[in-house]
This record gives sequence, structure tokens and C-alpha cells, in this order.
Amino acid sequence: MLKSAALDARLASETVDVTLPLRDAPAEAGRIHPLSQVWDELTTIFADMGFSVAEGPDIETDDYNFTKLNFPEGHPAREMHDTFFFHPKEDGSRMLLRTHTSPVQVRTMLSQKPPIRVICPGRTYRIDSDATHTPQFHQVEGLVIDKHSHLGHLKWILHEFCKAFFEVDHINMRFRPSFFPFTEPSLEVDIQCRRDKGEIRFGEGEDWLEILGCGMVHPNVLRACGIDPDEYQGFAWGMGIDRIAMLKYGIADLRQLFDSDVRWLSHYGFKPLEVPTLAGGLSS
Amino acid sequence: MKFTLSWLKDHLDTDEPLDKLAEKLTMIGLEVENIEDKAKVLKPFTIAKVISAEQHPNADRLRVCMVDTGDGGAPVQVVCGAPNARAGLVSVFSPPGTYIPGKDITLGVGTIRGVESRGMLCSAAELQISNDHDGIMELPADAPIGAGYAEWAALGDPVVEINLTPNRQDCTGVHGIARDLAAADMGKFKDPTIKPIKGEFPCPVKVTVEDAALCPGFALRLVRGVKNGPSPEWLQKRLTAIGLRPINALVDITNFMTYDRARPLHVFDAKKVTGNLVVRRARDGETLLALDGRTYNLDPATCVIADEHGVESLAGIMGGEASGCDETTTDVLIESALWNEINIAQTGRKLGINSDARYRFERGVDPAFMVPGLELATKLVMEMCGGTASENVVVGKSFGDDRVIDFPTTEVKRLSGIEVPQTEMKRILTHLGFMMAGPGPVVKVAVPSWRSDVHGKADIVEEIVRIFGVDKVPMTPFERGDDARKPVLTPLQLRIRRARRALASRGIIEAVTWSFITKSAAELFGGGQRELEVANPIASDLSDMRPTLLAGLIAAAQANANRGVSDVALFEVGQVFRGDRPQDQFMAASGVRRGFASSEGLGRHWTGSAQPDVFDAKADALAVLAAAGAPMQALQIVAGGPKWLHPGRSGTIQIGPQNVLGYFGEVHPRALEALGADGPLLVFEVILDRIPEAKKKPTRAKPVIELSSFQPVSRDFAFIVDRSVKAADIVRAAQGVDKKLITSVNVFDVYEGKGIDDGKKSIAVAVTLQPREKTLTDQEIDAVAAKIVAEVTKKTGGTLRG
Repeated sequence: MLKSAALDARLASETVDVTLPLRDAPAEAGRIHPLSQVWDELTTIFADMGFSVAEGPDIETDDYNFTKLNFPEGHPAREMHDTFFFHPKEDGSRMLLRTHTSPVQVRTMLSQKPPIRVICPGRTYRIDSDATHTPQFHQVEGLVIDKHSHLGHLKWILHEFCKAFFEVDHINMRFRPSFFPFTEPSLEVDIQCRRDKGEIRFGEGEDWLEILGCGMVHPNVLRACGIDPDEYQGFAWGMGIDRIAMLKYGIADLRQLFDSDVRWLSHYGFKPLEVPTLAGGLSS
Repeated sequence: MKFTLSWLKDHLDTDEPLDKLAEKLTMIGLEVENIEDKAKVLKPFTIAKVISAEQHPNADRLRVCMVDTGDGGAPVQVVCGAPNARAGLVSVFSPPGTYIPGKDITLGVGTIRGVESRGMLCSAAELQISNDHDGIMELPADAPIGAGYAEWAALGDPVVEINLTPNRQDCTGVHGIARDLAAADMGKFKDPTIKPIKGEFPCPVKVTVEDAALCPGFALRLVRGVKNGPSPEWLQKRLTAIGLRPINALVDITNFMTYDRARPLHVFDAKKVTGNLVVRRARDGETLLALDGRTYNLDPATCVIADEHGVESLAGIMGGEASGCDETTTDVLIESALWNEINIAQTGRKLGINSDARYRFERGVDPAFMVPGLELATKLVMEMCGGTASENVVVGKSFGDDRVIDFPTTEVKRLSGIEVPQTEMKRILTHLGFMMAGPGPVVKVAVPSWRSDVHGKADIVEEIVRIFGVDKVPMTPFERGDDARKPVLTPLQLRIRRARRALASRGIIEAVTWSFITKSAAELFGGGQRELEVANPIASDLSDMRPTLLAGLIAAAQANANRGVSDVALFEVGQVFRGDRPQDQFMAASGVRRGFASSEGLGRHWTGSAQPDVFDAKADALAVLAAAGAPMQALQIVAGGPKWLHPGRSGTIQIGPQNVLGYFGEVHPRALEALGADGPLLVFEVILDRIPEAKKKPTRAKPVIELSSFQPVSRDFAFIVDRSVKAADIVRAAQGVDKKLITSVNVFDVYEGKGIDDGKKSIAVAVTLQPREKTLTDQEIDAVAAKIVAEVTKKTGGTLRG
């Protein structure tokens, strides 16, 4: 009895205030940037279609960024890309900041034999700064080179991608002819959507939203990369990672992606364990 | 590129409605960016007459007007604030329910200061037809009351704007757009032959071309005895509709030819030209006052047209003020020429001139149309201004290169996956001006002179597919093939991915900062080399490629503090630049902690509000390395780091002095000052490329684990050592005594102060021994302990604390 009373007394003296708040677990506070999250989503989708990931340097040569991609010297198409340059070297050549991730396609074609199936995500640069442009942005391009892939396959891949990425059962896409120096034929792709109080809904509505450019790789590009255009063929596409991230996650202002405001990052960022997977869903 | 619907119909015989034409334009690659259809928007706006305008009983500035809207009903009461609202005025009326474009509102029935208003009298700004908002519109007294305003004002011609791709020079003229539409089954292309106009006399001005590479062709003729003045109303309306200002008939004709036929021309007042014309490079020091009123300094890179007096025109870009045509011009020289595309582009860029002529010449105009264009212009000049024409002077060539492509018709299916009948291919190509000959399977296709963008088989496929319809290309499933499933990420990509999630799970928020930083910050962090300086930065503070992510992260942490968020932990995984070669561009992972953002959590807390210290930074760096698969056992932590870190609170992580993987520590106060940041800041940086690649394992199976059945033994030791002795040296010395038996050496106490001499410290370690074959005897344990003490003493000079 006595022993039991003593124990009770001791336990009473050991009382703690269990209502004291805990610290948030670090994993609850940390965030993955929306661009990184979307990067992982893209990789997941294209990996499932048999693509691997290729990357290259941000500082590139004029040859890889333009000439090998069939931008003739002095051609007005070069002006579509407002390019950041570095100072000329002694031999007169000058390096530049890549204006698209297409130089990675060139590097891939020069270093690998077909069949080739890669996506090339990366940071790109153009002299542009306003509400919808930042001097640095991110692109993901895709490249397929083999003996039989054609526009029909390209349309299918992009359609499958859009459904998977935007996580909808149905999406209407419009492919219309366009021009890029490095593809022939070239197409631009719009997706049908409805704008509803700042939110964009896909697979319905009246608006067409341009999201990417694509086409069959130009024979001059294949030749410049040592591939015979009569034997091999293929296609390429490119889209803005920043743009599709904004569309999917309802981000209104492009510049905020690079503002490093922790309030914004905590809100639009992802928790470290929210890893996009095919099994668990990309964004759930 | 802008044009109006009626303008298009000059070249296209069609009954198709505008929306269908616009849809088709977009679907054949001439993307319609905008259609301005005033007739549609302004349909509810009618012409009305103010019968009376009385002072509003309750407002000084308002009038109550009775308006005759011409619908046969009673006059409508409208409250109007315009100062010019008065009885008898004919103006524009909109009934309730009308959308007012200039105000972006839909009108309702309103009561304004107690008086009902059933509509509105409108200003030009409210209709968005000009910026004039000073009062309601004032129409002529005889304007028909009740009629639609837009129709009466001839605003019924919709303006279409096309976002033209740079390859389609032929569609910088309405004529070319009509040709494409006709090929796409939208009507019949009107393309009457241009009849040459016979010259009545030789052209008195001779032309010399000094450099045919800059000017492959040049045609000129004089029209004498013209009467220049305002151009006809139809022409003025067209030019106004697409945003050009009518000037006088001669100038308007050149603008018309530019937009109608993609054929820029220039007209000189012949009386202001002295002697003959020469096409040459400008000389250093020459200048020209151009038609835009600006004076340009020229150099030999610029191609000009000069007379005996000097430069009269910037070839293919803009004419000179001195020899321009005005109302007094009686003799006009009309020039139609071909220019080198690259030179035009370079000159235009250098001089900063974006003229309609440059836009077309740098894309390459139709060479075969040089002379017909001159004939057509001469015809228009004579129709509008009279006069007699001279013979043509033509220098150089006036035709394009013959391009005939051997085209296997199977290419269409090969590249596009769509089956197009050969007859359809021929129909499409013929409509576009190509000629297709031969029965196939390889046909000859001749490219028209205006399609300088078409060179090969793929171009022909594009022409056929875009007109046939890209929407008809069937989606074809893309098989991933039966290749084995392999990882699609490279080892570096995998490290990047894991580093990000490892850092985020330590409570750090990922930022994405700029690749460019200020020169001073770049220099502070060991960068700023000339080869990494952007020659044309977008802003002076974004001038140099970053040698580290820390500059951006520290600035971001400070910006957050300035916004009132002082406990900040940020990381970034991104590229850093040590040189411009691919092998000098690395992937780094970096982080910064400030305020109360420790690895325990954010902010002050009742469990202890520890601020982050160097060990948080060290833990972050090692977490990245562990997640990225670095060989943790092989890592060495060496005291000290780069010069921007606190010399006593920083460390370097390396695998031998040759391979430094990263560093961590507190930012040096001098660096903080230079960066304008408040400290303390704890940072780290790891270069992911420098982590050695793990050896490929032959099997996925993990090695067999040995679970000893003998109890491990733990013994504590406290050593007194000099303050400068590193804990790691004691641990290594103890561990080295018996690598097999000693499974861990754990530092559990570090003490300086009372009871310990100045300049000394006590470090206590727990050593765990794991016997594998039998239980250790006390003697055996004592022997190992003695060895540990001896070894630590030998390596560090330490003594066992009594």
C-alpha cells in the first residue's frame, strides 16, 4: 500500500504539460520548387515512353546553338532569339548563352548513333524582360531519330504527354503549320482550354493556348550532325517548363518563380516526400 | 502583316465568311493574331440627332437631352455630361444593353441625379476609333438619322493581322496570302498578267552598280509631268486601316505596292537628283538625313544609292529626305531593286531602322517580280498622277535561280504518316505556283521564284501537308520498343534529384535564382573573369555568370529578411560557372540559414531556440553528399575554407587535397559587409560533379550481415589535449588501434573551463568493442584500452583525464 502511494506521489510530481506545441518536422517545412517538381513530372512521363534524359552546358558555341541547327548567318530567324553573348575571343569567335536546349540535341546526335530517344530539359536565356518573359527560363525538348518515326507519332506522343501532365482524361489539341529553322515541316501546338476566374480548365472551352513548337528534324540539321537524312528521320519538340508549370499549378506571375520569396515558395512549392510517380499519380 | 477583307478580295474571288477564312489562314501556317471587326463591335451604335438639351435640374455639368434615334418612336431621354451636347447636333447613340468598348462596360438604364437616362451619346474614344474623348462625336448635319454608324463611316472592312513566320516573304503582300488561301480551297486566285507600259523616251538617268553582291538587280524609270497630291480615297482608306499614314499619291503607291505585292519601291523627285545614280558602299563620314527625320552616320558596310551630289537613299531600307517626293514633284524616278538580305539585315540592325522595306528585303523578295513590280507601279502613278513614262533601265539580273527538286512522292508518307493522292499533291503544288512534272514515283518539282524558302524534299512535304491539312495526319501510337528498361537519368541527374529532396527534408526551401550576378559579387566569390562576363547584359547587376550559388542565395535570404521574414533557410541546386568550356560548368548544391532557421526547425521554441551554427551547415553538406551517393567513409573534413568564410568556423570536405567536394561554415563578416547582408549566415556548397562515381555492383544482393552473438563492450575515455587538437584526430587514433574490434568511437563530451588548464580542453569518447569469436576478458579489454590511450597520446599529445 505504502509503496503504491509513494509511486503515485512520484508520478504526480512528474507531470508535464502535454499541450506544449511541437516543432514542425523539418520535412513539413522544406519545399521543392515548382520548377523542380515539374521537371521530375516530365521525366517520369517521358521515361515511361522510353526516353532518357540528356543535358548540356548553358554556355554554348554559336555553332551548336545556331549554325548546326540550320540558322544561316545573318538570317532573320536568328533575331527571333535575342541572344546573350560573351566577349569575342582572339580568333573572333564568341560564346553565348544557349537560347534553347536544342544544342543538347546536337550534342546527342553527334555522340550517339540512332535510334535516339531523349528529352533535354535545361535552363535557357534570351534578352527579354516583361510580365511574360524573364531573361532566364527553362525548356524541355524531345528528340526522336530512327528509320520510321513521323508526324503521326509526334502528334500521338504530345497528346499522350498533355493528358498525362495535365492529368485529364481528354484534351483537344490543335496542330498548325509554323516555321522553325531546325524542323521541316514545322508545327505549333495549341491546347483547348477555358479560363475560369484565373483558373485554366483543359479539355473544354473556346480558347486555344499555344504551348509548344515541334516538327520533323530538318535534313540540314541531320546532315550537320553526321546523320544521313535519306536513311534516318525523326522529330523534335520544345516547350517552356516555366510556362507549363504555371498553367498546371495556377501560377500567375512568371517573375515570382525567381524571386525566392519564402512565403511564395512555401505556398507554391512541394513537400519533399511528394515525389511524382506513375503509380501514385504525378501530383497527388 | 495587316490587311483588310476587301483588300484580300481584290486578289481572291471568294464567298467564304471571314471567320472561315481566318480559321483556314491559321491552319495553313498564316496564324491570325487578331481580327479587328469594327462593323461587328459597333453594330448597336446608330446615328441620332439631339432635339433639345436642357440643363440638368440637380447637376451643373450635366444636360438632359431628348434624342431622335430615327426609329420612328418617341424621342429618348439621355443624360449627357459632354460640353458639346446641344440641340441640333447629329451624333452617335447607343441604347441600353450596348457594350461600350472604350469603357469596357455594358450600358444599362440609369437614373443620374434623379433623372432617368435611357442610353448614351458617345465620344470617339468610347467607340475606340480614336483617342478623342473631349466630347460626343459631331457628325455632318446630313448624316442619316437611324442608320448604323459603322456602316455610314465605312468602318465595315475588318482588319486582319497575321503573325507571319520569317520564311514567308511572299506573304508580306496580300497577293501572296490570297494565293495560299486559293490553294486551300477558299476561293479563286485573281492573278491577271501585268502588261508592260511602253516607254516614250529613254530614261535620262544612268545607273551603275559597283558591287553586284550587294545589289543583284536594279530597275529604274522616269515618269515625267506628274501631278502629285493626295491619293484616291480607296487607297487612303486601306493604308489608314492597316495603320499607315497617307502622305501623297507617289509615296502612297510605294506603300501600297509593299503591302499589296510584297514589293518595296522607292520614288525619287527627279528634279532633286543630280546626274546619274550609283549603287555603292557608303564612305566613312558620309551622312544621310532620312525620311524619318533622323540623320544617320554611314560607313562602308552600308549600301547606298548616290547621285553626283552624295548619298540619296539607304538602299532597301529608307530613302533620303532631300530627294523625297512631295506635292511639288513633277518628275518622278521609280526604283525597283534587289538587295543582299544579310547586308540589309545588318545595316537595319546597326542603324536601328525597322522599315517595311527592310522587313521584306531581309527576308528576300521575289527577284522575278522586280521589273513587273516597276511596271505595276508605273501604271498606278500614271493613273493617279498622269505623266509620261520613260523606258526602263535594268541593271543586273531580274530573275531567280532555277530550282528543280527531284521529289519521291513517297516522302509525304515517310515524313508525315499521311497518304495524299498524287493528283492532290499536284493540285496543291500547282495552286501554290510550283510545277510538278513526271509520272512518279520520283517527280520533278520546280519552285516558283517567290519561294526562296523552299530548297529540298522536306520543304515540299511541308507545302503539301500544310495545305492538305495537318489535322488529317492520324495520331499513331509510338511504341516504346522491347528495349530493356534502364535508368533514364545519368548519375549526375540522379544526384541532383536526391540532393533536392534531401535538403528539403531538412526543412530547407528550394529557390531558383539568376545565373547572372553582379561583377562585385562574382569577384568576391572568386569569379568575374572576362570570359564569364556577358557582353550585352540585360541590367548592370546581372553582368557576370555566377561562380557559386551562394551569391544569389545570400541576396535572397536578405531580401526575405527585408520583407520581415528573418528566419530563412534556402537552398538551390543549379549550375555554376568557372570557365566557358563544358567541363568548367558544374552542378552545385548550396544552402544558407539565417535567424532561427536551424536544422531543428524554424523560429524560437520552448525546447531551446538554437540559432544555426557551423554544424548545421556541415550537416546540410553531408546530407547532400550522403543522398548523392558519395563514399562517406572516404570523406575528410579539413578545418578552414574559402576566404569568404569565417576562418575558425568553416571546413572543407575533400577526398584528398586534389578533390575538394565542397565546404561549409559561417560567412566572413567582411564578405557580409561587401554583399550588404546581415549575419550570421551559415552556408555550404557541394559540387555534385566532383563526387566519384560508385563502382557498379555485380549483383543487387546486399553482402551477408554478420550478427555477433557476443555482447559489445563500451568504455569511456576523457583526454586533455591542446585546444588546437582536432577531435577527428583523437577518433582516428583510437579507431586505428584495432579496426576489426573497434566498431565505433563516439565523441560525447567536449569541455573547456574550470578544472582544465588554459589553452587545453577535454574531449571524451565512448569506444565500442565488438567481440566476434568469444566474450572478451577484463584483461583483454584493459589491454585494448591501454593501447588506445597510448595511441591517442602519441598522435595528439593528449593525456588521460584523472
